[in-house]
Order: sequence, then C-alpha cells, then structure tokens
Amino acid sequence: MTVAAESAASLVQSVDWLAIAPPTIAAVAGLVVLVADLFLGDARKALLGWISVAGLAAAALALLPLLDEDRSTFCLTGGGTHACSYTADRFTLVIQLLVLGGALLAALLSLSTLKDSAKELPAGEYWFLLLSSAAGAALLPASRDLATLIVALEVASLPAFALVGLRYGDKRSSEAALKFFLSSVTATAVSLMGVSFVYAATGTLHLTEIAAELDDVDGQLHTLAQTGVALTLVGFAFKVAAVPFHFWVPDTYVGAPLPVAAYLSVVGKAVGFTGLILVTVVAFPSYADVWGPALAVLAALTMTAGNVAALRQRTTRAYSAVRLLAWSSVGQAGYLLVPIAAAGYADEPADAERAVGSTVAYALMYAAVNLGAFAVAALVGRTQRMNRVSDYRGLYARSPLAALVLGFFLLCLAGLPPGIIGLFAKVTVFSAAVDAGLGWLAVVMAVNVVIALFYYLQWTALLFRAPEGEPVRHRVPAPLTAAIALTAVLGVALSGAPQLVLRFADTGLF
Amino acid sequence: MIGISESVMQFLLALTVVGPLIGAVAALLPAPPGLKGKSPDQAVLRHGVFVTGVILLGALILALAFDHDQPSKMQATTDISWIPALDVRIHLGIDGISLPLLVLTALLTFLCALYSFFKPPTGPSPKAFVALLLVLESGTLASFAVLDLLLFFLAFEMVLIPMYFLIARWGGEQRTRAAWKFILYTLLGSVVMLLGLLLIGLRSGTFDMVALATDNGLGLSTSVQVIAVLAIGIGLAVKTPMWPLHSWLPDAHTAAPTVGSVLLAGVLLKMGTYGFVRIALPIAPDGMREFAPYLAALAVVGIIYGSLACLALARQGAKGDLKRLIAYSSVGHMGFVLLGIATMSPTGVNGALFANIAHGLITGLLFFLVGALKDRTGTTDLDALARESGAALYGRAPRLGGLLAFGAVASLGLPGLAGFWGEMLALFGAFEPADGLSRPAFLTFMAIAALGTLLTAAYLLIVVRRVCMGPMPQAGAEPAPEALPDVRGYEFAAWSPLVALTVLAGLWPAALLGLTDPAVQKLLTGGKS
Repeated sequence: MTVAAESAASLVQSVDWLAIAPPTIAAVAGLVVLVADLFLGDARKALLGWISVAGLAAAALALLPLLDEDRSTFCLTGGGTHACSYTADRFTLVIQLLVLGGALLAALLSLSTLKDSAKELPAGEYWFLLLSSAAGAALLPASRDLATLIVALEVASLPAFALVGLRYGDKRSSEAALKFFLSSVTATAVSLMGVSFVYAATGTLHLTEIAAELDDVDGQLHTLAQTGVALTLVGFAFKVAAVPFHFWVPDTYVGAPLPVAAYLSVVGKAVGFTGLILVTVVAFPSYADVWGPALAVLAALTMTAGNVAALRQRTTRAYSAVRLLAWSSVGQAGYLLVPIAAAGYADEPADAERAVGSTVAYALMYAAVNLGAFAVAALVGRTQRMNRVSDYRGLYARSPLAALVLGFFLLCLAGLPPGIIGLFAKVTVFSAAVDAGLGWLAVVMAVNVVIALFYYLQWTALLFRAPEGEPVRHRVPAPLTAAIALTAVLGVALSGAPQLVLRFADTGLF
Repeated sequence: MIGISESVMQFLLALTVVGPLIGAVAALLPAPPGLKGKSPDQAVLRHGVFVTGVILLGALILALAFDHDQPSKMQATTDISWIPALDVRIHLGIDGISLPLLVLTALLTFLCALYSFFKPPTGPSPKAFVALLLVLESGTLASFAVLDLLLFFLAFEMVLIPMYFLIARWGGEQRTRAAWKFILYTLLGSVVMLLGLLLIGLRSGTFDMVALATDNGLGLSTSVQVIAVLAIGIGLAVKTPMWPLHSWLPDAHTAAPTVGSVLLAGVLLKMGTYGFVRIALPIAPDGMREFAPYLAALAVVGIIYGSLACLALARQGAKGDLKRLIAYSSVGHMGFVLLGIATMSPTGVNGALFANIAHGLITGLLFFLVGALKDRTGTTDLDALARESGAALYGRAPRLGGLLAFGAVASLGLPGLAGFWGEMLALFGAFEPADGLSRPAFLTFMAIAALGTLLTAAYLLIVVRRVCMGPMPQAGAEPAPEALPDVRGYEFAAWSPLVALTVLAGLWPAALLGLTDPAVQKLLTGGKS
C-alpha cells in the first residue's frame, strides 16, 4: 500500500502521512521483526517480542496528534465529488485505539506464552503475523471505500488463520486453522460478490457515494442492489461470529494459542462490527429497512445461541474455560449487534450515530474486561494445562488478587455491580434498543443477560470455594502481570467514571 | 429538631451511602497494628460493628437534623453529574418516605453486625462475611437515598451479589439452590424493570425522580405509562415479593444464615415496595391506575396464600420449618403493603409505608429469635421442637419464650403494637380507594384481606402454643431434654431496640405517620399541590 501511495502521491495527490501513521507503524514494525528474526540468534529471540510491543505502543501513540481534527487522504480529485478512501475521524480513532490497545495486550500475553512454549511456536513468524493482522485491523475503520475495506478485512484475517495453526505438530491447532480458514474464505467470497453487485448497481466504491447513488438506483437494478447489500453484510457477520457463522469460534479458540484466542475475541470482533457499521450506517442508510430488521433478528439469535451454548458447557471438560469464554464472546457479539440494528430504525442520521456509539462504548468495555479474563486464564493455564473451569476452584486461596480481578471481569461481562461499567454499557445498549422501539429485542436481551449471569456467576463463585489440596504458589511472569494489572486498572477506572467510554454513545462519531 | 447546616447534612447522607463501601474494602485489608484484637476474625467482626455503628450514628443525626416541619421536602440533597452521556446524576436526598427506611436499614445492619460479633457465623472466614454485609448495607441505603432512576437500578442490583454469597457460603441446607433461585428471580425481574425505567427516561427526557414526580406523568402518554408500570412492576413485585412471584423467598429465608434472613426480610424486601411508592405511583399514575386493581387482587391472594401456607406448616406432623413459616408470613404481610399501595389513596399508601417499617422491625426480631432457637436446639423443625405436647419455652427459657410470644402477637397485628396500624390503614384505604378505582372491587379485597388477618392470628397463636407452651419435661424423662440457656446479654442488646421500637410505633404511630403523610400527599398530587 505504501508503495502505491507513494507513486500516486507523485502524480496527483499528497499523502497525509500523519493520518495513516497508526496502521503504517504497525505494518513497518511487522516487517522489522521479520527481518530482525533472520539476524537474531536463538538466545535473543525475546527481543522480537519487545520490538513488537514497542511498535504497537508507538502506533497507539501516533493516534494522539490526530485528535484535534478530522483528516482525510487518498481522495478523489476532480469530477466535483469529494470522496476519500482513508478518513481519520473520531470513529476511526476510537476503533484504532481499541484495536491497537487490544493487540498490545495480546502481545503482552504472548510474551510469556512464547517463552513457555519453548520451540513449539516460531517467534519471528508469530510476531510478524500478529503485527500484520493488527495493521489490517487498524486500517479497516479508516477505510471509506469497499475495496479498501475488503483488503483491510483480508489483511486482518489472513495472518490470523496462520496464527491459529502456527503450533508445530499440534493436530488440534491445524484443524482449528483449517476450519477457521474455510468458513472465513467462503464468507469473504460471498461478500465480494455482494460488493460487485453494489458496484454494478451504483458505479462507485466509495461509501458516501454509494449512499447517494443507492437512493436513485434504476428500477431494474433494484433487486441487484438489494442482493448486493445483503451479501456484503455476510462477510462481516462472519467476523463478528453472528449466527449462523458462529460454529468456528469454540474450536478455533481452543485450538489457537491462548493469546491468539484473546486477540481474535476482541480485535477480530472489532474488525467485524466496524465493517458492519461502515457498510450499514455509512454506505447503505437508504436500505435500513432491509438490514435493520435482519440485524435485529441476527442479534437475537446470536446472543441466544452463544449464551445457551455457554450455559451447557460442563465445567470439567478439557479447555472448558476457553470454551466458555468463546461461547460467551458469541453472546456478547449479539449485544454488540443490537445498537447497529437499532440504527436501522433511527429517523435521523444523528440518532443512528448515537446508536452506533453505544456499540463502540460497549466494545471498549468488552475489550478491556474480556482481555483481562483471558489474561487470568493464561495465568491459570500455566499451571493447569487443561484449563478447565473446575481448575479455578479455590483460586482465591492460591492467588487472591488474580481471583478478585477475574471475579470483577466476569461480573463486568455479566453486567452486575461491582462491575459498574459492564452494567452501564448494557444500559446504553438497552436504551438504544428501547429508543428505536425494538422492545422485543430488549426483552430477548434481558432474558439473555439472566442466562449469562448464571454461568458467569457460577464461575465467580467457584473462585472463592475452598481449594482442593494445598495451594501452590507460582512466580508470575512480569508481562502477564502487566497485562492483568492494566486491564484491571482500566476496568476499575471505567467503573468509577463510565463517562470515559459512554460519551461515545452520546455524540456523533463520523 | 437540631439545627445542622445543609452542607453537613449532605455530607452525612453521602457518608451513610459510601461509608459502608469504604468499610468493606478496609475489611478485606489486614488489620493495622494496634487494632489486631484477639484474633484476625475477632478484629474484622469488630471492624464491622464499628463501621455499621458509625453509619447508624450518621443516620440518627440525619433523622434528628431532618426538618420535621417540612417532611415532604427533599432534604440533604446532593446533585452532581456523573455520566452525562446517559444523563445519570448522583442525586441523593431524603424526605419523610425514605428517612424511616434509611434509619431502619442502618439499625438492622448494626444489630446484625453486633450479633455476629458475639456469635460469629458458621462458615468460611468472617472477613468476607463482614465485607459482604457492608456492601449489602451500602446498596440498600443507596436505593433509599438516590433520586435518579438509573442510580436506583444500580443500587437495586448492588445487593444481589453480596446476598447471593451470604446465602451460598454461610447458609444452611440446600443453600446453593436457594441462592441461585434468589439471584436469578431477582435479576430477571430487575432487568425487566430496567426496560421500564429506560422507557420512562427516554420518553420524558430525564431520569431525575424529583422532576418526574413533579410532572406526575404529564409528559408520558398513557400507553407508555402502562408498559412502563408493567415492566417496573414486575421487577419490584419479584423483590417485594408478590404472589405468584414469591417462590424464591421461602427457600432463600430457610437457607440463609440468621443475619441474612433478618436483612432480607427487614430491609431488602422494602426496596420493592419503596420502588412502587417512589417510582410507579408518582411518575406513571395513569399506568398505575390501570394496574391497581390487579395489583390489589394479587396482593390479597398473597395474604390468603401466605396465611394458609403458614397454617399448613404450623400443623402437627407437617414437619414445618419455623424459618419457612416466617418467610411465608412475610408474603402475607407484604400483601398488606401492596394492597395499601394499590389503593392509591393517601390513607392506603401511608398504611403501606407504616406496615413496611413495622414488618421490618417485627420480622427482623422473629428471625433473630428463631436463629437463637436454632443455635440452642439445633433445629427449626416445628415438629422436632415441639414433639407431642409443645416445647415449653415459657418454662425452660422464659425470657426467650416471652420474646417469641411478643414477636408473634406483634406480627398478628395486636393493637398497641407496630403491626396493627399499617394493616388497619391499608384496609381503611381499600375501603375508600382513590378516584377512578372500582370501589366494589376494593371493598371485596378489603373483606378478604380482613379474613387474612384472622388466619394470620390463627397460625401465629398455634406457633406460640406449640413452641412456648407445653408441660415442663420431667427430670430423667426420655429422651432427656437438652439444657436451654435463656437470653444472653448480647442477644438482649441486639433485640431490645427492635422490641422498644415495636412498642413505640404501636403506641405513638403519629411519629411515623407525621413524617410520611405530607410526603405521600405530595407524591400523589405531584406538582399540583
């Protein structure tokens, strides 16, 4: 992309390097790691991890100079239109912060996982893939044309397949990767077909142009445009693991290295719902009567399927902790979809943006606490290889702080005090649904919240039970401690001042 | 009665709400040097007594400084913006309706902490016990002090987790099941309630209870009010509990530790009825009027059902559990409270609020007594206690027996004790319900509820006869009667305030009604007064 941009710059336009810095820094860091891997001896491979963490932190810091104004680059010149392919507005910045922050935390988790795994995971490739995927995920929220959007989606996904299957000689890992790959590629293909239909009907790929053109599509092309809209959504629905594209989730999460599962559960989801928001709210607002109800049904099905499956998990099954988190993330994806569906029922564009803001606020909360829960799972997984929910029994006696923090994260996910931020994030989602008149969806969600409470609280209660056998204390690696501490501080700070994230639910983001 | 500047009042109210939370965190930390006490357990239990004592003191000073000439005015108000995005404000304040409940909560929690100090709960470390107790106190106090709908919801949810753990960790038989039942029922109700609160807030543009109550539902269409009251009513009715949503209550009470039962019956149930008075009545009066007859009908069914269940449990050979029996009697008593609210008349609502407080005092006392009985005899099974002829508590432990009889007659509504006024006023209210409500229907409800008082008297007297009376066991009889120590000093300390207040409220109801009546009048008429 950089090369193409350069040549284009010399011909017709100048590139706003500052605006595209966050994804670019991540991508460059990825390349640096790949090259450095060739020159570093086995003993010093750990350096790669720190380069990656620094790269991601630098990419996140590059968001700071962009705060004061909206910037756009790669714009169409001439023709009287002013459509840009890359826009760094508030929406972009928030999602980029989420994605880069999520990747940073996943990287912190990976540091200790890579160290423990000895030779099972190749360090150089691992970091390169993680950074490339993060770069794609950071590009996606900024893309404002369908081609860039699909490219960003694939840049984010393709390395993820490899990450899932990276473990040498692990059958589960490669099977998971294959499952993930096949279903994802099918979804992307369908999505591409949708894009081509939309292009055929409107003659443009820029989202804002599409929105304008779709209003007066030729009557004969009407069906084509409608089909295109529906098919385009499929690819993104797959990424958020919406029903019926959710079957890959548990096996993929269990098969993947734990940090990768954490990464997928947060950044992978963010990619999906960002794409959905861009496509629905920005590109297809005139088809709101098609995607609004469709997403509402999808949301209801997704949260119900995820929560019921999580409820049915037996706590003694191998890897049931990760499985439970996987299914719960499907349920949470359902909540994330609710405001997007509500946006389809909004009368004013401002209302739609507010509704979408609820999704963003919820996603920020979810990212912090879900990564925290995965971090504690990684901690427990170091001593309990099978990572069963029943292995968490008596965690409080072994490491009180980890147990308290995990309990807090789980209650945040459940949305009960003391997880105040979880509660209010749910309240914003509920209020988006009620405001849009989606009473039935709000009731379905209410029932789901109760179902979800059951398994979250069951797990929480287990933490404080009397332990079986003598508690053994282990030394916790520093990066893991840092990740847990960071997410815990975030969660507690947000619980004290929910306005920090909830303000996105109140203002226009675009 | 005593003059304190408004800013000190504000601080005191904020302290009573937040103080227990700080205390809860402190309870989890190791005791500082100098405060270690005899053992860590003793130190943390003492910490609990200290914190709840300070909170009680704060609540009492608030009650004294409260301007008793203007009980309908919100006093000690704090109003700070917290989450502008959701329009959530930290809006605290007390008036004649919330003040008695606030003091009752602080008092009962203090007595529970005191009782636990001398009689530590059986179960895991008391550290967590004290912390949970304090979080529970904070949540309950907050729900009576907040004036913002979403904050009320937050406070309503805050008590769930502590109560769940209190039952699941320190409870008796079947505690896990009972704890689950408690939390799932309440949560399902409260999530539905949230939908109703959001509907009101979004349609009227504010979540502020005072502003909404002043509007008296003017800004809300009748259909919105009907849906909102239905949703909010379900949430509150589960908590109250109203028949047929009550089935979590007997299990929870039976399994909960003594202190848990006292707080559950004494203050947690009041959050439901308080919500009806504070939210449903003034904010959505049209919707409430629509549902009032149904609410009254279900309340009356609850009264009859509760007393019949108690009668069945009190029968010889029914293997009735005393705790379960008192829990069912709560269903009946709360039925009177709901009936009073459903009349929507000042008399009825005042009666409901009075019965609320009276039930808190009397049932709290009864649960304490039954807990003490269980500690001494090891069982709460009525048949095992009474055997063939009666447990003869009068003879074996006269003071304990006397107190139990006192609690029972107070509960059945003997004139001169607290239980009488609330139920009588609720029936009075039903005799003349608010305009727009069908009088014949309410007369019928009144008649059935009056029958309920008879049934209540019947089962409570049976309990007294079977537990307190009976022939003294002869020395050397088979099986040998266990020694039954009479009331101990700390038990007297924990129970006598409840006894004294029960008598006081019975003899001088005006003290309480003088507080609630102006506030109720204002709530029912909204801005029009």
